[in-house]
Amino acid sequence: MTANAPGADDVHNRTFPFPRRHFLSVTDLDPIQVGELLDLADGFVALNRQTTKKADLLKGRTLINLFFEASTRTQSSFELAGKRLGADVINMSPRASSIVKGETLVDTAVTLNAMRPDILVIRHGASGAASLLSQKVSCSVINAGDGQHEHPSQALLDVLSMRRAFGRVDGLIVAICGDVLHSRVARSNVALLTMLGANVRVVGPASLMPPAVDRWGVEAHHDMKSGIAGADVVMMLRLQLERMQGAFVPSTREYFRLWGLDREKLARAAKGVRVMHPGPMNRGVEIDSDVADDPQVSLVQDQVEMGVAVRMAILACLAARLDNQP
Amino acid sequence: MSAQPIAFVNARLVDPQSDYDGPGGLLTAHGKIAQMFRGAIDSAAGDGRTIDCKGALLCPGLIDLRVKTGEPGAEPKETLKSAARAAASGGVTSIVVQPDTDPVIDDPAVVDFILRRARDIELVHVYPAGAMTKGLNGEAMAEIGLMREAGCLYVTNADLPIADSRLMRRILAYAHGLGVLVCHRPADTWLTQGSAATESEFSGRLGLAAEPVAAETIMLERDIALVDLTGARLLVDQISAAAPLESLARAKARGLPILATASINHLSFNELDIGDYRTFCKLTPPLRGESDRQALIEALASGLVDIVVSAHAPAPAEDKRLPYEEAAAGAIGLETLLPALLTLHHEGHVPLARLIRAVTLAPAEAVGLAAGRLSVGSPADLVVCDIDAPRQIDAASLISKSKNSAFDGRRLQGSVLMTLVDGRIVHEA
Repeated sequence: MTANAPGADDVHNRTFPFPRRHFLSVTDLDPIQVGELLDLADGFVALNRQTTKKADLLKGRTLINLFFEASTRTQSSFELAGKRLGADVINMSPRASSIVKGETLVDTAVTLNAMRPDILVIRHGASGAASLLSQKVSCSVINAGDGQHEHPSQALLDVLSMRRAFGRVDGLIVAICGDVLHSRVARSNVALLTMLGANVRVVGPASLMPPAVDRWGVEAHHDMKSGIAGADVVMMLRLQLERMQGAFVPSTREYFRLWGLDREKLARAAKGVRVMHPGPMNRGVEIDSDVADDPQVSLVQDQVEMGVAVRMAILACLAARLDNQP
Repeated sequence: MSAQPIAFVNARLVDPQSDYDGPGGLLTAHGKIAQMFRGAIDSAAGDGRTIDCKGALLCPGLIDLRVKTGEPGAEPKETLKSAARAAASGGVTSIVVQPDTDPVIDDPAVVDFILRRARDIELVHVYPAGAMTKGLNGEAMAEIGLMREAGCLYVTNADLPIADSRLMRRILAYAHGLGVLVCHRPADTWLTQGSAATESEFSGRLGLAAEPVAAETIMLERDIALVDLTGARLLVDQISAAAPLESLARAKARGLPILATASINHLSFNELDIGDYRTFCKLTPPLRGESDRQALIEALASGLVDIVVSAHAPAPAEDKRLPYEEAAAGAIGLETLLPALLTLHHEGHVPLARLIRAVTLAPAEAVGLAAGRLSVGSPADLVVCDIDAPRQIDAASLISKSKNSAFDGRRLQGSVLMTLVDGRIVHEA
């Protein structure tokens, strides 16, 4: 906890109207707005630790979670965030098989939009899906993950976890390790962390690196040892199982040997290093349980807690903008 | 049907065959060019109609070697008639329709169907391109000889490259023996699998599945080697980047019988036009970087790229209003081909005569058409165009049944005043 974390009482005064009607990308925000959002989220962390966790900033509002991809933590995090702020929340998880044949993403969203929700939270497997919907509906759209493009609320909760652990983000050395190529978490984190002045490295096998990644304002490393040397934060990414059987890397055991995080590799990082993971973890593939479960090192549980608070802050600020619009 | 004689005076004639670009006029009779006049001429004797071009461009009608319609099989996208109307209003007097219809044009009966529909429509010339393989399956050779007899102009596998090098070799050899031109899109199908964009920093940030330019270079190099092996003529379909252009230049320098087309889209846009997932700019091949576009323009100016095509590919809103990777590829282009080409002239990149050649004489010679030139006795397929007239493209007002124009909202110059096919006026502004 930082000393100047605001209490639950003054969250009302800290909400500010969002710069845009939708929240699609971390690049929708500038560093000052990110700072204000994180301050507000700090207040919600305090609120969430009280017995009574309710606020009424979203009273009367309707929130629809539209998740085309399976999700446990992001969906429940947005659901709790909405409910704690007093909104009515419904969850829709249209699986490909149960979508009425022929109904497109846009049709589904337009149909839901006709029920007059205030905020639509969408996760979809295609990059740009949230942006597409934001052009077709009248409510606010929050991007909860679009393909391999962005997952902005994840990046904000990661940054909040770092700021609370280190008291700052500026100047931190953050190593993002693993399957960067397919990771929306990595893209959002790179954009947000570089914006806030962190020194970002991406570490992983060359077959899992995006093209021209060195032009993202990051250092690219293919060797885990040099990649995490001196790092303050090691952020491990999830490796999808179907990408391990010879297509991108030869095998799980080779991957774990070369890029999995264990005590030995972690010893090269800075003193006081903290380990993060967006979850769900593949233990023994990208991360050793010994590291993942060490409360001195792991921020994984903090990330989940910060997730609810950050999403409350996002919802509160989007709603503040809605309040200003007739 | 016999057309009335028409005299055109006071025109800026551009004839790619004689490389003439200057004042003049001409007289049409019986569907042919009956007389040519070079130098200032502002009146003509005779009993027919006289058209004062007032200094506008008068050149051969455009020949577009790569046009998709939805007929047969997907008529709501585009019919042969709607495509022909779009072509006429864009100054395009001959179109070659692609075989990826339903059923596929892999059979002389379907070739015959297209030709009969075209005769009934009686607007612009419509020629079919036949499929290289049955059902475009990339596995078994189609009846190239019978389709040629029925009237197909060349064979192609449309957007689907032939991955099997042995089959490609046999098709090249077989078609060459029959004197049929083979057109092939150079793309390594393993590298392009699932791709929606060109691999780059930009597409990486957008999180789009992408293909490297090397996919095009690899396949083109293979095709060049097979041309060397078989001696067959090859038309490279839509070359799009600097690296494959280098391969093409080397092959041409060795005297191999290779021609190449470029699409007007790749000459006009780069990958950044995808912007915020703009699906109207999702194309096959995908848009490349700006340095590739510049190399393509240079190659057109130097003659390395022989032919420009519209790559007209209609897709209705429901196929485009999807997440980028799921959206259909392609853009319509018949009505914007000429004004978009003229942009390259107005910006000073390519001389007007060179541009006109790439859409008239060059394609005519590639596929053996008598059109595409201004000479006495050649077909009176003509276009009169005010090359300076400004216009902003409004996709909704285009004639094509599908409105997926990549040029929507763009400011272009060039307005087609009149289009003639066999001496008949098929479009008049």
